Amino acid sequence: MTRLLEVQGLAKSYGGVHAVRGVSFGLAAGEILALIGPNGAGKSTCFNMLNGQIRPDTGTIRLEGRDTTGMRPRAVWRLGVGRTFQITATFASMTVRENVQVALLSHAHQLSVFHRFAGRSHAGEAEALLDLVGMRADAERPCGELAYGDLKRLELAIALANRPKLLLMDEPTAGMAPKERVELMRLTAAIAREQRIGVLFTEHDMDVVFEHADRVMVLNRGQLIAEGSPEAVRRDAQVRAIYLGEGLVYDARHREGRAA
Amino acid sequence: MEFLVVQFLTGLASAASLFLVASGLSIIFGVTRIVNFAHGAFYMLGAYLAYTLTERLEGAFGFWGGLVLAGLAVAALGALLEIVLLRRIYRAPELFQLLATFGVTLMVQDLVVVIWGPEDLVGRRAPGLRGAVEVFGQMVPSYDLFLIALGPVVLGLLWLVFKRTRWGVLVRAATQDRDMVAALGVNQKWLFTSVFALGVFLAGLGGALQIPRDAVSHAMDLRVIVEVFVVVVIGGLGSVFGAFVAAIVVSELNAFGILVMPKISLVLVFLVMAAVLVVRPWGLFGKPEGPARQAPGVSIRPWRPFSPGERIAVAAGVALAALLPLVAGDYALTVGSEIIIFALFAASLHFLMTVGGLASFGHAAYFGLGAYGAAFAAKAAGLPMEAALLAGPLLGLAGAALFGWFCVRLSGVYFAMLTLAFAQITWSVAFQWVEVTGGDNGILGVWPSPWAAGPRGFYWLALAVSAAGIAALRVLVFSPFGYGLRATRDSVLRAEAIGIDRGRVQWTAFVIAGTFAGVAGALFAFLKGSVFPENLAIPTSVDGLVMVLLGGIETVSGAVVGALVYKALAIWLMSQTELSKLVLGAVIVVLVVAFPKGIVGSVEELRARRNRSEPNGAAFGAAKMEAAE
Amino acid sequence: MTTGATTTTGMKLSVSGLNSYYGPAHILFDVGLEVGAGEVVALLGRNGAGKSTTFRSIVGLVAERRGRILFEGEDVSALPTHEIVRRGLGYVPEDRRIFTELTVEENFLVGRQPPRAGAPTWTPEKLYALFPNLGEMRSRLGGRMSGGEQQMLTIGRTLMGNPSLVLLDEPSEGLAPKIVEQMADAILAMKREGLSIVLSEQNLHFARLISDRAYIIEKGRIRFSGSMAELEANPEVRDAYLAV
Repeated sequence: MTRLLEVQGLAKSYGGVHAVRGVSFGLAAGEILALIGPNGAGKSTCFNMLNGQIRPDTGTIRLEGRDTTGMRPRAVWRLGVGRTFQITATFASMTVRENVQVALLSHAHQLSVFHRFAGRSHAGEAEALLDLVGMRADAERPCGELAYGDLKRLELAIALANRPKLLLMDEPTAGMAPKERVELMRLTAAIAREQRIGVLFTEHDMDVVFEHADRVMVLNRGQLIAEGSPEAVRRDAQVRAIYLGEGLVYDARHREGRAA
Repeated sequence: MEFLVVQFLTGLASAASLFLVASGLSIIFGVTRIVNFAHGAFYMLGAYLAYTLTERLEGAFGFWGGLVLAGLAVAALGALLEIVLLRRIYRAPELFQLLATFGVTLMVQDLVVVIWGPEDLVGRRAPGLRGAVEVFGQMVPSYDLFLIALGPVVLGLLWLVFKRTRWGVLVRAATQDRDMVAALGVNQKWLFTSVFALGVFLAGLGGALQIPRDAVSHAMDLRVIVEVFVVVVIGGLGSVFGAFVAAIVVSELNAFGILVMPKISLVLVFLVMAAVLVVRPWGLFGKPEGPARQAPGVSIRPWRPFSPGERIAVAAGVALAALLPLVAGDYALTVGSEIIIFALFAASLHFLMTVGGLASFGHAAYFGLGAYGAAFAAKAAGLPMEAALLAGPLLGLAGAALFGWFCVRLSGVYFAMLTLAFAQITWSVAFQWVEVTGGDNGILGVWPSPWAAGPRGFYWLALAVSAAGIAALRVLVFSPFGYGLRATRDSVLRAEAIGIDRGRVQWTAFVIAGTFAGVAGALFAFLKGSVFPENLAIPTSVDGLVMVLLGGIETVSGAVVGALVYKALAIWLMSQTELSKLVLGAVIVVLVVAFPKGIVGSVEELRARRNRSEPNGAAFGAAKMEAAE
Repeated sequence: MTTGATTTTGMKLSVSGLNSYYGPAHILFDVGLEVGAGEVVALLGRNGAGKSTTFRSIVGLVAERRGRILFEGEDVSALPTHEIVRRGLGYVPEDRRIFTELTVEENFLVGRQPPRAGAPTWTPEKLYALFPNLGEMRSRLGGRMSGGEQQMLTIGRTLMGNPSLVLLDEPSEGLAPKIVEQMADAILAMKREGLSIVLSEQNLHFARLISDRAYIIEKGRIRFSGSMAELEANPEVRDAYLAV
């Protein structure tokens, strides 16, 4: 059986500098996979190649067996790849509900309609999605006045509007308080498992990574240096030397074995 | 062959002055992020001051000293402008900065005429460089050779200043992050003032250096600023070296364009600019801009369609306007028709700017194309008014479709400059292509059908068409397409990530706006019975911008109110004063600095403030602010 | 549980009654904090709590603010940013904000200020000793450096102004755990030089390694102040505002 996402020999270089080279991995439906590594290791380049923002030099990306290499972000999205950004990107001049409605309109190929009031289109579906992320009560609020944590949840709702098979989340919890981080990741995990969505995320918060990822990949200087269960990666000597350090700056529970 | 070499050298000599002005604009933009529209005005002031100084001062030293002094005097004026005006608007949206500096340009135009008179002035020749040098058997003025050498020298000096002095390093640092420079203990205010003074000095010197070659006139500001915009668009805004290369390219194209296509030489420059933009949207040596500052039109209060009560009020307003012919005389009705037509024009620009987030500085092009289209249809094709009113806007649509395709590849100031350049090219075609457009004499005798020939009949026609057009634009705002368009304005990144084709959506909006502007233009042609190049000139574009701004940039339909107030005021003002540009310029500056939300925007603000039940104001502000850091 | 100490004598920095506004929104409410000479103080709180706004208000980067900001005994609240900084109050922003088009050396040049009595004097050489990575890339463009190197560069750039107190906004944000550990060492080295340091943090583990005292800020108000040990011993405070 083909996995949801199959990446083979992905490489990209800029001006002779290899940003990413020979990266291969797979991701199954419903699986949550973390991509970690030092800044500048190529995580963002990898991510941007997966959703079509950057065209890889070599390598292939297959989604459910279909080659998506070199496709535009729009086309990749149409095939069922949702994305959230490190710094939230939402439509500040609209209400929370309208933000989701635009995504639903786009998904239904209805954005070329020039008459008809759009404020009532897909309203029920939009509210169902907001319900899923716990924001139904905020539907009529201006998006511009939301707190940061709420924006992150709204982004998740927008990303779910095209019924994605794969969610790409770039530092989903950056800039959030620890409590909010856990809530957001629990929510994401629950949705992913229930709807069989594969999730690939980058993250610097090791507490989040070790708590929520099924599998962890470590990228360094553009190459995968380790891959496996959180426990295995945590014990990997090379990973400790390059990235994790002595473990002084993340939760003690994750230093040796998972206690909690 | 020999002739071509001489033509090439003439082109190089022209490039020197253009390079000085363009590099000044680029340097100022680099640090202050302001595209200084008044740069052409400073260029012109440099020429006028140099004329006066070289007339007064004796001898060779008097001449060369006069040129430099003129540059320095202009730099001092520039510093004054920076301190008095620009410091207040550094944080304002780009559109406001362009408008404010355009207002200054308008004021300078009138002041120059007051001081130096309307006649062209011919300056002294350069002492010691009056002669000519023989090159391949042809005579080349020595002064041209001096200018050819000057360009690279100035380029080298600027390079040294920016690479080798601490001031230069600070300027380069401020180019990237001005607040951070201040946070490292640098007095940012004076850094900005000094950068602005340097940039303006280059413009003033560029103007002063032209006096031995060209007559000094009060129209040279707009001519040069359009060329400079083309130069920085080709070379890349912020790149001094790009300005150098592009100044040569543009000057040579002009020099040889005259030979190839004497009638419409500017088209050649346009073709090159278009080619560059397709390959490198940020110019040959420019760098892609980061995400633009907040696009115009982004409001914190989400838009809503009219409530039933508001709908009744609007309908009543239109009905009341329809009753005007029962009480008003012919003159009032003609003025009324003009105001109503401009309401539609403003609404179309507003759609592009506020809903699409694309601030066009050349929207008059499509208004003018609509007008010319209607005139061609009526005069050349002999169609009746009804058919011509339908045919005219098609020309606006075609122009918008062509130019828009290039424009929407850019955003922010680049977009504004490119729209301006296209409008100016359209203008110059209308002006130069006498056989077709009648040139300066325009096309006369574009008369309405008998039923609409009277002021009253035409008033009703204008009202019906404009009201329908404005209503259609409003329906668009709240249609699925309107949502998609607003989405791309709010966040291109997110819009692309949910499958929206940004380019296509914005191009469609551009075409829609251009078509509606064309409808207004066609009506205008029949109102006036004639069409002139000025219908698509820069001042008409700026009229539209001021209407939108006056109405309120963050509102759904404020432009209509802005158009009514502004056009009425302008017509009244024209009858009251000779110095209408001075007054208009001052009004624009005051509007931008003191009243940026406009009439409808301010009313909405008041209403919102009265209704607000403190909805987490602090929390939202905090989140926003921290996120913005 | 608001700010305890009120004496200002001997305090390097003493902020009281600080209120900041962003347009119509009130962001900071009577924020007060104090920093003694040679002390490392952590300002903890979640995103949007007001940490960055507090720092930006202190150095005058927030236009609308009220309150008293005493630096070395003098009120600097009416001064423009560059004047405040020139008195020896250094500021290292969140997100590093290094000049990507400038080399390491040029970045340092922008930060350079004359030596100041009562504050350690820094030279590029001394900074290369503190951050050995930077010494190997003196003419590299800032934009071509890794996140960790950029964080070192932004700190070094501020130190070139020879400050006696430094505000460090989220120095560990977005860095690999191993680099965060190096950062902790560097901050302790700066402390040994005699610098006073205020750092804003969300990572309590990191703050614990280097701080003497801590404040917790939430929704623009200071909710707790005390030693790190007191904070450790107060789980309900920690859980309410910080911890998992």
